[in-house]
Amino acid sequence: MANDVWVYIEHKDGAVTPMSFELLGIGKTLADGFGSSVCGFVVGEKADDIAKEAFAYGASKVYAVEGAEYKGFRADAYSKAATSLLDKHKPAVALFRATSQGTDVAAASAALLGFGLCTDTLGLAVDGGKMKMTRAAFGGNYTVSVVNEKAVPQIATVRPKAFAMPAKDESKSGEVVKEAFSVAEADLNTKVLEFIQSATAVNLVEADIIVTGGRGVGNEEGFTLIKELADMLGGAVGASRAAVDSGWIPYEHQVGQTGKTVKPKIYIACGVSGAIQHLAGMRTSDCIVAINKDPDAPIFKAATFGIVGDYKQVVPKIIEKFKGKLGR
Amino acid sequence: MKIAVCLKQVPDTEAEIKWDIPSGTLKRDGMDSITNPFDEFALEEALLTRENYDGEIVAISMGPDKAADVLRNALALTANSVQQLSDPSFAGSDTYATAYVLAQAIKKIGDVDVVFAGKQSTDGNTGVVAAELAALLGWSQLTYVAKVRSIDAGGKKIVVERAIEGGNEVVEAKLPAVVSVIKGINEPRLPNLMGIRKAAKVEIPKWNAGDLGVDAGKVGAAGSCTKVVEIAVPPPRGAGEILKGEIEDIANMLTDKLIDLKVIK
Ligand SMILES: Cc1cc2nc3c(=O)[nH]c(=O)nc-3n(C[C@H](O)[C@H](O)[C@H](O)COP(=O)(O)OP(=O)(O)OC[C@H]3O[C@@H](n4cnc5c(N)ncnc54)[C@H](O)[C@@H]3O)c2cc1C
Ligand SMILES: Cc1cc2nc3c(=O)[nH]c(=O)nc-3n(C[C@H](O)[C@H](O)[C@H](O)COP(=O)(O)OP(=O)(O)OC[C@H]3O[C@@H](n4cnc5c(N)ncnc54)[C@H](O)[C@@H]3O)c2cc1C
Repeated sequence: MANDVWVYIEHKDGAVTPMSFELLGIGKTLADGFGSSVCGFVVGEKADDIAKEAFAYGASKVYAVEGAEYKGFRADAYSKAATSLLDKHKPAVALFRATSQGTDVAAASAALLGFGLCTDTLGLAVDGGKMKMTRAAFGGNYTVSVVNEKAVPQIATVRPKAFAMPAKDESKSGEVVKEAFSVAEADLNTKVLEFIQSATAVNLVEADIIVTGGRGVGNEEGFTLIKELADMLGGAVGASRAAVDSGWIPYEHQVGQTGKTVKPKIYIACGVSGAIQHLAGMRTSDCIVAINKDPDAPIFKAATFGIVGDYKQVVPKIIEKFKGKLGR
Repeated sequence: MKIAVCLKQVPDTEAEIKWDIPSGTLKRDGMDSITNPFDEFALEEALLTRENYDGEIVAISMGPDKAADVLRNALALTANSVQQLSDPSFAGSDTYATAYVLAQAIKKIGDVDVVFAGKQSTDGNTGVVAAELAALLGWSQLTYVAKVRSIDAGGKKIVVERAIEGGNEVVEAKLPAVVSVIKGINEPRLPNLMGIRKAAKVEIPKWNAGDLGVDAGKVGAAGSCTKVVEIAVPPPRGAGEILKGEIEDIANMLTDKLIDLKVIK
């Protein structure tokens, strides 16, 4: 239907996680605003199992392109297939998660359709029949609202965890609409040779809890304590640029303007001063805990809970208390 | 090998930002400006590619008069040639319009094998122009690149590592390709004094909308479908609470509060 809200269902070689369906929640809210329905759309080798889960998370229909050439993710193949679906059915809105895959497909599809898009969106609302998208610019020092006046669909990538997960109801079902679209192997530009799993398996963007160390951690060994706390809480380890530049921890852990943008439920910053470029990457976290020995450190202005003290004394105490209370 | 590199001029992070509120665009005049930090890595990768495989580098930047500075800096770093893409009608372009103008320039340069760009700008910071450019050109779209393993211009092949969630994806792609790079891919060098002096004297060549064969209806604030309608300073986070007392009590309080959030599993 012309006014429908579509949600791109991301998967890796056919495997989904609950987060793949995250945007069906906000998608439903927007569809209610338009008086339409929320639908999923999938490009993959096989779509039926993915569609079944999408219905459980609230999609009323799932549009799919299937084919052997879509087994693993490839930007050009997936974008062309996604574009064919969007162009044929012309939904009002198409939402993608602001992950590497979501961003790649959203950007290329928008370009192929001839429109701009809004990226890393934090707020979405229907306003006079159009979608108003709010995002951060200038390292989070400003928020801007963007409309995409003539675009069909209006495309947005949405920051992971910006909106609540939809409820799951296995009894729900819906219709799978399959469209034929194939790309010859010879016309595809890329081939994945291998995937090198990161040794520390950092996935900061999906983590609910992040414990970050800054220059105040002092040295590489300092991160042992940071990691111990993160591991105990089932969280990931983050770092400031100063810590990365000092060579204490690899770049993939960096949070901030030139690192990752994260929005965990709990962000614990140890020995981080709170420079604007660091805040740019984490200020939308739900709960921020700052541990810093300088009571005037700017991080305290962004913190939900602040502790003035030496992390070397504070963190072990916190670990000890958690151990007792959580029985770990 | 012909290497193009896309450089954007952005306000210095420390600079006071001036907005043209009615049009939702930046008043770029009178602000301290720098080369977008990610684009320094793109330029360095172009320089390394030329060192490793031979070839020539063309640096391009779309922007007002002042944007000539970033191209001068590229010349100081020994880019072979530069092209500024500048036309009053380009002002206020959204990401599609920007990628479209860049694509027209790349086509006009001709025979480009690889385009290097940054992952993201620090002002608009959408992080999609490189992907849009690849899609518009129909070239290999290689984003989040942490390492270029090899480029074979004769065999029309490039192998890169893309830093994505959970690890690095090794991708072999056809040339021509658009490669957007992340921080850490290299260590950008600084220009030397002689290079800076030489570049200072160069007249920066410009292409306008007509030169590029750009459809005026598709660019600038008027031609862009994406419009910034509101600019606001985000509300400050709710006044935080400094936990006070003995370290024992503080740790007790904090752990209780965090457990109450029901996030820790
Ligand atoms: C273009 C640009 C992009 C940038 N991008 C990023 C980015 O992506 N991410 C990023 O993080 N930064 C970025 N920066 C750098 C940023 O400006 C800061 O320099 C950096 O964030 C500082 O890191 P820090 O807080 O760890 O170090 P510092 O600012 O040195 O702060 C260390 C803090 O630790 C405290 N401390 C010291 N010892 C202890 C102790 N024993 N216990 C507790 N506290 C202690 C100190 O009081 C101090 O507040 C960028 C800068 C620029 C110009
Ligand atoms: C506050 C603000 C918010 C905005 N929001 C949106 C939005 O939501 N949607 C939208 O479509 N547009 C938006 N724009 C417009 C957008 O910033 C411009 O279109 C801009 O020209 C390109 O986007 P970017 O800076 O985000 O580039 P990015 O995609 O972040 O840049 C990636 C790379 O592309 C290359 N590149 C980008 N611009 C140029 C250039 N001018 N010259 C040479 N190389 C370049 C560089 O290598 C750069 O590292 C916004 C602008 C501002 C100021």
